Order: sequence, then C-alpha cells, then structure tokens
Amino acid sequence: MAGEKRLSKRLRKKRLWGRVSNVYAFLVYLFIYVPIIVMVIYSFNDQKNNYYWNGFTTEWYEKLFTNSDLVGYLGISLIVAVAATIISVIIGTIGALGLVRFEFKLKSVISNSLYIPIVVPEVVLGISLLMLFEIANFPLGMTTMILSHATFCIPFVVIIMRGRIAGMDLSIEEASMDLGANRLITFFRVTLPLLIPGIMSGAFMSFTLSIDDVIISNFVAGPYATTLPVKILSMVKTGLSPEVNALTTLMVLVLLVGILINNAVQALLKKRALTNIKSYF
Amino acid sequence: MSENNAMTLAPKKSFLKRNLPVVSTAGPISIWMIIFVMLPLLYILFISFMSRDVYGNIEYTFTTDNYKEMIQPLYLKVIWKSLKLAFLTTVICLVVGYPLAYYIASKPSKLAAKLLMLVMIPYWTSSLVRLFSINQLGMPNGFLNLLLLKLGIVSEPVDFLFSDGIVIMGLLTAMLPFSVLPLYSSIEKLDKSLLEASKDLGANPAKTFIKVTIPLTMPGIVGCVLLVFIPSLGMYYVPEMLGGGKVMLIGTLIKNQFLMTKNWPFGASLAILLILITLAMMWIYTRVGKLDELEVG
Repeated sequence: MAGEKRLSKRLRKKRLWGRVSNVYAFLVYLFIYVPIIVMVIYSFNDQKNNYYWNGFTTEWYEKLFTNSDLVGYLGISLIVAVAATIISVIIGTIGALGLVRFEFKLKSVISNSLYIPIVVPEVVLGISLLMLFEIANFPLGMTTMILSHATFCIPFVVIIMRGRIAGMDLSIEEASMDLGANRLITFFRVTLPLLIPGIMSGAFMSFTLSIDDVIISNFVAGPYATTLPVKILSMVKTGLSPEVNALTTLMVLVLLVGILINNAVQALLKKRALTNIKSYF
Repeated sequence: MSENNAMTLAPKKSFLKRNLPVVSTAGPISIWMIIFVMLPLLYILFISFMSRDVYGNIEYTFTTDNYKEMIQPLYLKVIWKSLKLAFLTTVICLVVGYPLAYYIASKPSKLAAKLLMLVMIPYWTSSLVRLFSINQLGMPNGFLNLLLLKLGIVSEPVDFLFSDGIVIMGLLTAMLPFSVLPLYSSIEKLDKSLLEASKDLGANPAKTFIKVTIPLTMPGIVGCVLLVFIPSLGMYYVPEMLGGGKVMLIGTLIKNQFLMTKNWPFGASLAILLILITLAMMWIYTRVGKLDELEVG
C-alpha cells in the first residue's frame, strides 16, 4: 500500500516535471518564432507603418511583383549565393580530401586557418577583405561579393566534408584502383558519389550563410552588387516598406519547402544506397 | 639554350608529378586561405601600427598611437559596453539554451532531430527582418505597448527602443540557435549511467547536476560561449536596428572607421583587439574541448 503510494507520488512528480519542461520548451520556441510570426502577420496588414492591425490585405504581395525593385535585389542575392556555394563546395570538398588523406608541410597552418573565418567576428573579416580588394585595386561588385562569400563558406564545407571523408571506407576506393581505374576515375565514379549527402549539406549550409549575410556584404558590395540584406539594412533608417515582410514571408515558405525536399532526397539516397548494396549479394 | 631550359624544368616537373595528388587537392584551398584570410589579417596587423595623413591616406611610418587612442574614455566606454552586452547575451543564451538542449537531448533521436531543425529554421530567415519585427513590436505605438496598456500593466506607452535591453533581446534572437547546437551535442554524448551512479551514491539532483553534468558538458558550454560571445561583439547591425544609433558598440565603431571616417589604422587596431579577445577565448576552449568537435551547423 505504502509502496504503491510512494510509486504514484514519484510518477506524479515525474509527470509534473515532464509537463513543466514541455511548457518551458514551448516558451523558448515561442520566443524564437515570435519575430517570424509577427513578420507574417504584418505582411498581410493593411497599414503601412504596422503600428496596429488594420485589416487583411494582399496589397504588398501584389506590389512586390508589379511595383518593386526588391525582387531584383533578391536576384542578386541568389546569383551571389549560388556562385559562392558552387565555388565553396568544389574547393571545400577537394580541399577536405587533401587535408584528410595527405600530409604536407603547411597542413596544420591551413587546417587551423579554416577556423579563423568561423570564430573571428564577421566585421573583422569584412574589413580585411575590403582592404584586400582596395589594395589589389579590384573594383567592388559582384565578383568581390562572390569571392568574399566563398571565403566564409569554404571552412564550413571543409569541416562537414572532413568528418564524412574520415568516416569513409578506404577499401572501396582501393578496390576501384585494383580493378584498373586511375585516381581521377576513382574520384568521379566512387569517391564523389559516396560524398553526395555531405556535399548536399555543405551546399545547403553555404547557401543559407550566403543568402543571409549582412555584415561582410555591407563592406564589399560596392554600388552595383547590392544584395537583399544589404538593401534592407540601408532601408532601415527610412523605415522598411511592407513589401519586405511579404518578400521574406515568401522566402520562409520556399525555405520550408526546400528543407522538406532536402529531407526527402536524403531519405531517397539512403534507400537507394541500401538497395544498391543489397543487389550485390 | 633549350637544353638549359629543359634542365631547369625537369626537377620542377618531377616535383609536381610526385606531389600531384596533394597539390591538386590541398593546393586550391591552401592558396585561397592564404590570399583571402591570412594575408589580409596580417595586413590588418601591419596597418594598425601605421599612421595616416589628413586625407585619410595611410602613411607608412611606425606608430603605436592607434592603440593609445583606444584608451580615451570615449572609446573605452564603447569597448566596455560591448563586452558587457556580449557577456550578458552569452549568459542568457546559456541559461535559456542549456535546459532546452537538455530537453531536446532527452527525446528520442528522430524527434530530437526535428526539434533541432525547429531551432535552426528561424536562423535561415533574414535576421534583419526578424530584428525589424522586434523593432516594430517595441515602438511606443507598437503591439507590445498596446498589449501592456490594454492589460493595465502600464499607464503610458514605454519606449522599448534605443535601450540596452532591446539590443540584448536582438542579440538573443540572433544567437540562441548557436548556443543550443553545441550544448545539445555535448549533452547528447553524456553517459547517462554516470548520472545514475551519482544518484546511487546519494547525491541529490542538484548536486549531480553541478558535480557531474556540468563538468562533463563543459566542451558544449565553452563552445556555446565561443559561438555567442565573439559574434555578439561584432554584430553591428543589431544595435543599429534596435538601438537607433544611440547604443554604440565596437562593431559599429570599427565599421565607421572604414566606411565613414576613413581611419583605417585606428579601425585596424580595434580589429586586432577583437582578434586578441577571440584568440584568448579559443585558447580557453582548447583547454576543455577539441576545435574539430566544435559544432558549427
């Protein structure tokens, strides 16, 4: 009897603890999501300054596509992000292979330098790149933006890829070489396909870092390569137009769809890899 | 002549051929890191000891004036305030993020992955727009005041903007995901049997937490400090959007030296200060954890 009572008391305590932690987690998530929810609500608010709710409208969405240059800035953001992602995935993946597989003189210097763009405050990286381009007399614009974005994306790709490469089974590549393939063919037909999931998460990471970057872009953008975040920052002083809320709401939507597609593709790749392996036996 | 040429080229070629796998893989990344990261940083160090003429051009004469300028009360105040706000942000991130990371780690791995994703999604939306939402919420005639007035908590609208508090709020929204990730990965690795052992040996939950859980998850804690404190120092757009230019932090100060007043040497010396703080933090981090294991995303 007494034991039962104690047990139920413990159970009740556990349940209460569970409930408290659920509420806590909910509150933290709420804090994280409030700005986004507000943004979505404001994107439908029929009032320019967003002081209060004034009724539902889709005016800002219509204006966004008919009468706004925001889409153009988003276009520049996308070009920069795609180009920087391609560069950083190529250099990062190949570089990770070199850093994991080979020993060379500057190896520790290069590996450690990868952490600089990750840990040093972005403003430092921004001014250092600005000075580099000014000294090299390189005009600021799309190219400098892409080079700068690739510079802070590469380390993330390398770190993601290094883990994947270190965990890879070397014997598969050896088998390929034993069967007569040279290093290049082995790389393209064996190593690369095995690294696709890692490459995808590296690309995803680079793309999201690049598309959201304000601090570094603000230094190296120049007058003709204004990305969306740089534009938004410059608009802040005069007040953001409601179209910005509409545009970013749409971007969140695209992002969510992207995440879902990415998850589905990863699951599919895993499944295919499994059936591929099974088909050999 | 041609023979001579072949002679000098021959050993070079064989070196390349011998090292082709290394050069072709590690070569591009090494060149990239040297040109775009190491050389520019060395240049910052160099320039921080140079002076400038009245037009803002750099004069290549050695001086330590740029560092002496930092000790002026005006700048010391900015540096102190930046450190204070970054420190407070980090502490709140730890206090708020640790229980959340613990909560996520206690869930089955599939659910945990989804919960972590949920933490990261906001980070992938424009941080500027999120800050602008906070800005709009905090205005004297914004929603937050409307709510407080309706509930009768305040009798007059409060101006939340332009205060240190709302800047910390903004830094929190920007940095919280980064604190949860490293904390989660170290809590997840925690050997639960050690907690049971502590309990069996008579320690109460609070004691177990302080004596066992915290020391074992130290790499995550210091990782969180590294990923929150340092970026908070340089995020100049947060105080600009929420502080309305009234809250001046070191990031803005550095930016202004390059984009407004064109005082590169002074800006460079401030950047060196930030780098030194970063190096100190990293040194502390390597005492408790490995850089390789730093969860970056």
